[in-house]
Amino acid sequence: MTARGAGAAIEAEGLSRHFGAVKALDDVSFDVRPGELFGFIGPDGAGKTTLFRILTTLQRPDAGSARVLGLDVVKDFWAIRTRVGYMPGRFSLYADLSVEENLRFFASVFGTTLEQGAKLIAPIYEQIAPFKDRRAGALSGGMKQKLALCCALVHTPELLLLDEPTTGVDAVSRREFWDLLEKLRASGLTIVASTPYMDEASRCERVALIQRGKILEIADPRRIGERFDRPLIAVRARERMRLLEALRAHPGAGSVFPFGDVVHYTDARPGGDARAIADAVRQDLAARGIADAEVEIVSPGIEDVFMALMQRRGAEAA
Amino acid sequence: MTSALGERSIEVDGLTRRFGTFTAVDRISFDVAQGEVFGFLGANGAGKTTAIRMLIGLLAPSAGSARVAGYDVATHAEMVKRNIGYMSQRFSLYEDLTVRENITLYGGIYGLSDIAIEKRTTELVDRLDLRDDIDARVKSIPLGWKQKLAFSVAVLHDPRVVFLDEPTGGVDPITRRQFWELIYTTAATGTTVFVTTHYMDEAEYCDRVSIMVDGRIVALGTPAELKEQYEARSIDDVFVRLARAGTAA
Repeated sequence: MTARGAGAAIEAEGLSRHFGAVKALDDVSFDVRPGELFGFIGPDGAGKTTLFRILTTLQRPDAGSARVLGLDVVKDFWAIRTRVGYMPGRFSLYADLSVEENLRFFASVFGTTLEQGAKLIAPIYEQIAPFKDRRAGALSGGMKQKLALCCALVHTPELLLLDEPTTGVDAVSRREFWDLLEKLRASGLTIVASTPYMDEASRCERVALIQRGKILEIADPRRIGERFDRPLIAVRARERMRLLEALRAHPGAGSVFPFGDVVHYTDARPGGDARAIADAVRQDLAARGIADAEVEIVSPGIEDVFMALMQRRGAEAA
Repeated sequence: MTSALGERSIEVDGLTRRFGTFTAVDRISFDVAQGEVFGFLGANGAGKTTAIRMLIGLLAPSAGSARVAGYDVATHAEMVKRNIGYMSQRFSLYEDLTVRENITLYGGIYGLSDIAIEKRTTELVDRLDLRDDIDARVKSIPLGWKQKLAFSVAVLHDPRVVFLDEPTGGVDPITRRQFWELIYTTAATGTTVFVTTHYMDEAEYCDRVSIMVDGRIVALGTPAELKEQYEARSIDDVFVRLARAGTAA
């Protein structure tokens, strides 16, 4: 979170922006290192799009400041625009132009050519090249997304900003898209992407968890479990609804959330010995007539941490 | 999973839809029991939306048949529409109407009496804890509440089947889980829930799931059965394997 001097790709300090009574962004500070793949993870309405629009100079902050590639987002907006690539959340290409025409158009807007941009976009463009004469409006969702990525990269930007590139995309296509981003990052490009899908955090070097305009946490996704202050217990039983009710009735129960085919349980109080908690849960479930419960101690994932932070913030606000 | 009577609220047999030379849905067959939570999975472009449009009576099949809530979708589409609920990710609520006005409007569309609407409104705002916001415009209430309200409106008329098309997209992880409890509660009263999602952990919450690849249903069973059959740790793994195999073909 500390400023890293002129070397940072992005430095944001106390960014705020409201729309009427709604605080879309509330005192947001972070930095992105050159060459980093940085993720903003949070649900709809968290402020992700407003943040991206400020970083791409399409909107001004009410308070705070941000420097992108060393340039001020308010004063130097014109210089920033030629040096960043932006893929907005909503499909914003020309539906009536062909794939190739869209690319040539975006290249010309930035005063370059498709040929000059070819090197960076090659690994993506080759996947849509067979359809280069097709109207963009007639492409499948996945192809549209790849074309939009090419258009955002055709002027060889130093920083790529992607606002929810995978929203509404199936689990397989989402993986493939992140594979592409990793390839781009390996070529030295700095990438900032936002997503509502928590499982995509693991593809980033660092993630900022964002909710209702505020950053809850910035962390390395591989180490985010360290932010969890109590043992986490996973329980499996055939009758999930009964299991949920029984766990919620367990003395000392804190959070009880379904997680795929298991239920995650924590005590209300932090600390505590994991094995003792697991034993107590096991005994209590047996006493409540859930005979087939399998209880184990697990490491928290990003979604566990996100929910714990949401609840803590909710408790503070109340 | 199966109701006491073993009654089926969705029966699909060889359902097919062609657009020109392209077969979007290719001879799919499955049954869903009354009160079951059925997950309908597939990659983008696999044919899910086309299949759902046929099941809710909006698109005529090219071949095969489907009965939903006891009515044939090809010959009795209007009766199908009257006996189902539908909620898509982009909510069907009117943002400039209040919570109460939205409920009244949909109650009227579904043909409920004024007394029934009044009663349902009270029940619904109590259950969703929306009493203080009943006269607030929908656009001013938080996204998570909006989504639960949209669901409640979709089942306002006690339909035999409710179709949920990516109901939890973009929703925070706590609200997403609360939403699934709402689904369970609804299914427990006997309403069949037919749901699509891109969150593979949610597939695990379904009684049974089907996975569609290139217009066909390639896997169908309880989450436990599918994981065993494909020797996978999660439905996500099963899905990735089947969907990848489909695109490669």
